[in-house]
Amino acid sequence: MAHSRTANRYSALSLVREGLRGHSGWQQAWRSPEPKAAYDAVIIGGGGQGLATAYYLAKNHGMTKVAVVEKGWIGGGNTGRNTSTIRSNYFYPESVALYDYSLKLYETLGKELNYNIMFSQRGVVTVAHSDAEMEIAARIVNAMQINDTDAELFSRDQVLEKAPLLNSGDQARYPIFGGVWQGRAGVARHDAVAWGYARAADGFGVDIIQDCAVTGFLIENGRCVGVETSKGEIRAGAVGIATAGNSGVVAGMAGFNLPIKSYSLQAMVSEPVKPCLDTVVLYLGTGTYLFQSDKGEIVVGGGIDRIPSYAQRGNPPVQATVLSGMLEMFPSFGQLKMLRQWAGVVDVVPDSSPIIGPSPVPGLYLNCGWGTGGFKAIPAGGVLLAHLMATGEHHDISRPFDLDRFRTGRLIDEAAGSGIAH
Amino acid sequence: MTSHRIGSLAAETLHFTFDGTRYHGRPGDTIASALLANGVRVVGRSFKYHRPRGIMGYGVEEPNALVDVTLNGITTPNLRATTEALVDGMIVRSVNASPTAADDRKGFLDRFAQFLPAGFYYKTFIWPDWHRFEPSIRAMAGLGRLDPRNQPPAQNPQIAAHCDVLVIGGGPAGLHAAQQAMGEGKSVMLVDDQPVIGGSLLSRSAEIDGKPGLEWAATVSADLQANGHRVLTDTTAYGIYDHNLVALWQRRAGQSDAQWRVRAKEIVLAAGAIERPLIFPDNDRPGVMLADAALSYLARHKVLVGRRIVLATNNDRAYPVADALRRAGAAVTIADLRPQASDGALASAKIEAVHGPKGVEAVTISGQRIAADSLLMAGGLTPSVHLYCQAGGKLTYDETIAAFVPRDDLPGIRVVGAAAGQYALTEILSLGGEPHPYAIAPAWPQRDAKGRQWVDFQNDVTVKDIALAERENFRSVEHLKRYTTLGMATDQGKTSNMNGLATMAALTGQTIPQTGTTTYRPPFVPVPFGVVAGRRRGEFFNPVRRLVLEREHRDAGAVFREYGGWLRPAWFGGANAAANIRREAIAARTTVGILDGSPLGKIEVIGADAGALVDYNSYNTLSNLKPSRIRYGFMLTESGVIYDDGVTSKISDEHYVVSCSSGHVAGVVARLEEWRQDRFDPARVFVHNSTPQWATLTASGPNSKALVAALGLGVDLDDAALPHMAFADGQFQAAPARVSRVSFTGDRSYEIAVPSAKAASLLAAMQEAGKPLDAVLMGSEALLLLRAEKGYVIAGKDTDGTTMPQDLGIIGPMQKRQNEYVGRRSLLTDNAQRPDRSHFVGLTVEGDTTLPVGAHGVETLNSKRRSIGFVTSSYDSPTLNRPIALGLIERGMERKGEVIDLVHLGQTFRARIAEPCAFDPEGARLNA
Amino acid sequence: MQLFSCPFCGPRDETEFTFGGEAGKERPEPAPDVSAEDWSKYLHRVGNPRGRTREIWVHHTCGEYFLMERDTVSHVVAGTQSLRGGGA
Repeated sequence: MAHSRTANRYSALSLVREGLRGHSGWQQAWRSPEPKAAYDAVIIGGGGQGLATAYYLAKNHGMTKVAVVEKGWIGGGNTGRNTSTIRSNYFYPESVALYDYSLKLYETLGKELNYNIMFSQRGVVTVAHSDAEMEIAARIVNAMQINDTDAELFSRDQVLEKAPLLNSGDQARYPIFGGVWQGRAGVARHDAVAWGYARAADGFGVDIIQDCAVTGFLIENGRCVGVETSKGEIRAGAVGIATAGNSGVVAGMAGFNLPIKSYSLQAMVSEPVKPCLDTVVLYLGTGTYLFQSDKGEIVVGGGIDRIPSYAQRGNPPVQATVLSGMLEMFPSFGQLKMLRQWAGVVDVVPDSSPIIGPSPVPGLYLNCGWGTGGFKAIPAGGVLLAHLMATGEHHDISRPFDLDRFRTGRLIDEAAGSGIAH
Repeated sequence: MTSHRIGSLAAETLHFTFDGTRYHGRPGDTIASALLANGVRVVGRSFKYHRPRGIMGYGVEEPNALVDVTLNGITTPNLRATTEALVDGMIVRSVNASPTAADDRKGFLDRFAQFLPAGFYYKTFIWPDWHRFEPSIRAMAGLGRLDPRNQPPAQNPQIAAHCDVLVIGGGPAGLHAAQQAMGEGKSVMLVDDQPVIGGSLLSRSAEIDGKPGLEWAATVSADLQANGHRVLTDTTAYGIYDHNLVALWQRRAGQSDAQWRVRAKEIVLAAGAIERPLIFPDNDRPGVMLADAALSYLARHKVLVGRRIVLATNNDRAYPVADALRRAGAAVTIADLRPQASDGALASAKIEAVHGPKGVEAVTISGQRIAADSLLMAGGLTPSVHLYCQAGGKLTYDETIAAFVPRDDLPGIRVVGAAAGQYALTEILSLGGEPHPYAIAPAWPQRDAKGRQWVDFQNDVTVKDIALAERENFRSVEHLKRYTTLGMATDQGKTSNMNGLATMAALTGQTIPQTGTTTYRPPFVPVPFGVVAGRRRGEFFNPVRRLVLEREHRDAGAVFREYGGWLRPAWFGGANAAANIRREAIAARTTVGILDGSPLGKIEVIGADAGALVDYNSYNTLSNLKPSRIRYGFMLTESGVIYDDGVTSKISDEHYVVSCSSGHVAGVVARLEEWRQDRFDPARVFVHNSTPQWATLTASGPNSKALVAALGLGVDLDDAALPHMAFADGQFQAAPARVSRVSFTGDRSYEIAVPSAKAASLLAAMQEAGKPLDAVLMGSEALLLLRAEKGYVIAGKDTDGTTMPQDLGIIGPMQKRQNEYVGRRSLLTDNAQRPDRSHFVGLTVEGDTTLPVGAHGVETLNSKRRSIGFVTSSYDSPTLNRPIALGLIERGMERKGEVIDLVHLGQTFRARIAEPCAFDPEGARLNA
Repeated sequence: MQLFSCPFCGPRDETEFTFGGEAGKERPEPAPDVSAEDWSKYLHRVGNPRGRTREIWVHHTCGEYFLMERDTVSHVVAGTQSLRGGGA
């Protein structure tokens, strides 16, 4: 890692060394500088996507006069609120190209960033409940195999072997027929992804500016040349938007609308228990998905709350739906308690695929519309937005995800193609 | 023995074990009070370092005393010993300890603590690979152990209630507020998380309205109930949600816990306050306890927590506690951290060391070692503002009481009593006079803190960890929380959050209010999943729709499957699916099959603008039908994609019946209503879903005409009078019966719709009439097969979310219609016009291998495989004696006759692209 | 759990309602005269305001569509009215 700044290298050895001297030698994971007057690139949004973009601008394109402006604290939006699943079990080749690229980057990310993001490739199984759903499952598995990502069509026994506590009784509302298995998929420590990228980007000299809200754009001759912020004007050669649920609001400041609607997505965790679930399970019937974190908490999520909202608040009816789904899947989890619940604001696009590309305003680029699935795409999203901001051109992987697809109608609608909503 | 029960032990009638040792307790005990009564000191181990821990608190704030409890052979993990009532026969085990909490094998971990600071796992386990380390880390983590046999039934009711005033907290402030509200004629609901109303009065004596505190509390509670107001004990308000909805968790003796959803015009939050620990070296030793907790154990369970007690305090509230403990027989040394101390207390006391790893033996105070068996901490009160903050309330820091208190009342939410920072009864009860002085000198940890000083006890977060977070720039309180896990344990930071942020403030040199608090979110305490989930499980989870004739079908040997949310006969005749489906299909082609088609949609569109609405809703024009005629067509989404297909019958110019697939009825009704209200004059057209009012039985096959004729419905069945795609109205047993000639099998068919009440009679009549005609009952699977032979599409199975009508070769309306219809413009987009669209085609295999559904057609270009579509339906056709298949294949319609490669799970197949219709392409059998 | 007021039925639990879309969108017609851009805007573009918003909702219990003004951050409902006037 070509750090322009001398940073601690993390390792078991350095931990022992610091342990012996009271951990007094650890440096800041990232600095908190005041913004400069101008940068080559400014990214709005200090979540995983924005921080990764800054990192790849420096790493892949040699651009180090870069700032990330964050209105709160880094990783505090959807990066810190999601259920941290990483997978590429998609139907369309465009989607597989994007998400599998991301998964591959994740596989080596801990070492690359010298930060343990705890990517645990424990596999994801999507459970089907009828012959008809098994046919759809086969359609997906075959598509994934053709697109060169790993997938298996699991039988009922294979599903139960991975998750023995699943409800396999006669009284089950959703019988287990089998499912789609992706073994390379898994979960990671979400905060660590944001912090790892932040530390590495900072190492390249990127300025991470927290508590700095963007209030407007500097537009000259129709071109975006910077941002107005709560800490003053910052000029920039290129500006990127990576603000997830608030993308519509930020786009509005630049004078255009996006095909994005913001909704709450809730998640919940139980109190920690000893290991009892070793994989990620999603039921098509209930729409609930869950896994057990390394700490022992059962992490559970479901569908969005279908009331447009920026409130980041939970809601009893949706909790009841998600949790009754979980208990239908794992009746023994009824002995556990809900320890925490929270909600993120997700940016939902009509075809549930991201928007990556130039905005209607020259000099301003978009990385948004990830909806419920942005965490898994952080490395790829960062590479692609960095590519756009550095070159002004699409990367091959991002081209199909251009905003233009809503005019041409060439949507990439996974739910439409696979019959399964992602 | 240090902690012990005072007085007679005659009442110790309950037996239990803890970590294998037998003990006794008494009714009214919690597990914690019983353990203390038995002198048990080490009750658990800390999460990370496996430090021995004792009971620290009295209630929901307890960080240490978590236990797995087995009762009647069923174990429940992670129960808080301080809030769980003792039950006779309980087997109690400490969590995170083996074999016992007192002697834990992993206790050695504490010796490596210096190498395991906050977030150490982010810095290591990177090489060679995280997966090498993860299993053992996972095994180390977790608290209790899940019992797979413990599957609580879905019997948690969810009770909706409303009231004028909901009072949360049954202490003096809450009772006073409830009393006032009742006096104003309002409906009141009072909830408290303890088994007994009284709050602080349960442990601190007072006189109110001339009565002892507890007696006053009981009187107020009784008054409320006598006047018809609800008082719920053992009930915790755990969350405030939008529009003043409060979620309660009620523990009910002998019954499943309940969730209450209470909508209150006004919420009075009187949740009290929780005492804070003091921060000093080894403040986590067993025997170190909150002073308020010690008082509660004494007052409520006659348990004295020690004989030689040091009480460390930074405020005045501790002094009455010392008095009470002394009266009970303990020797108490008050170590006041403040410079001024009274009553023989040590002043400017500094707690420098706590001796005794498995239980306090002595305390070093300002250089002086004092023998002691308990060390009590009174670090000041933290108001329980959780619910106020959940509702969006903002806090302000009150220097005089060293606490965050609510800044303003919220609309519909008022905070009173200790939760609002009012600690004196005179103040709480608005009695006037001087508020009781509450002098506190906060003793926040400082930068130069020596030794290991715990802030978050359960998660093992020390002052040094917070200092490390500060050094590494995890300074935002939210980063502090996530990096160190401060406040993320099962006690949710009730005793640690305030100390933690004050420590960060001290380290950064910022003020406490500048440092701020983390976001408060529900639940206030961990709530059983079942309470939040309610009863929606098993058949209550997305209940299936059931046919009127389900019992008759069952009696006839039907095997049921779910189709579009309906439970329908898949086939008749038992387990051998393939043979029975084949039998039914052959019969339906050679004699006659009887099918229950009742779930098919029947949506009536009535009124002067009915024709215009059905036309707008449909891809095909329908209004130019003649009355008594039927037309097949599609409904599109505004994106031009096929939403559903079905037939529409025209009864008159002002009355149509739109049919649709069974799973789409609600959706079609909704879109018709939407356009009706948005685009039409609702007074001129009306939409009515009559699906549930009618049962529809279909006779299909060469003998169908004879069967229907035998029913005597009074309908002229002559093909000239009733041709294919026409209907006629007759009567069945004096009820209306509509006979429609539509066919989904390709054979002559009659759909007979009668009022649902007549369904059983009609089925019986059809079976009777069918006997001499060799009629069979037919399930959905045979129908699916027969329609596939004909190449009839099933929307959603043979189409996907991208299929447009031109992909099925149906381009007439798109080219000819001059008026608007749903989805019209989308048929003109670049995407709709692209040349490489997937088309609906037949697939013919050479030989007798049936193609698997879900197999993809593939094309290899530059050694890169690419999908060109997939198989959507595939059967072994008994009619044709060969496999048949349907699929969506790229440019399929232009490539008829071409042979393509297909793959399925590594296997390869070959098939020829063909017309979808494999049987009777001329349609001669419709009139055979 | 929010409380919405149907102009026809009065205050009811949010679970009885479905969001229909932002108010004020005109369907561009006739199709052959509508540009790809305009059709795309009609289908997909939304204001998605953070704060006060005007939306179309449907109350399933009575089947009526109506207009609701509410706040997407605070969730305060300012008012509802039927599509043809008349508030609740």
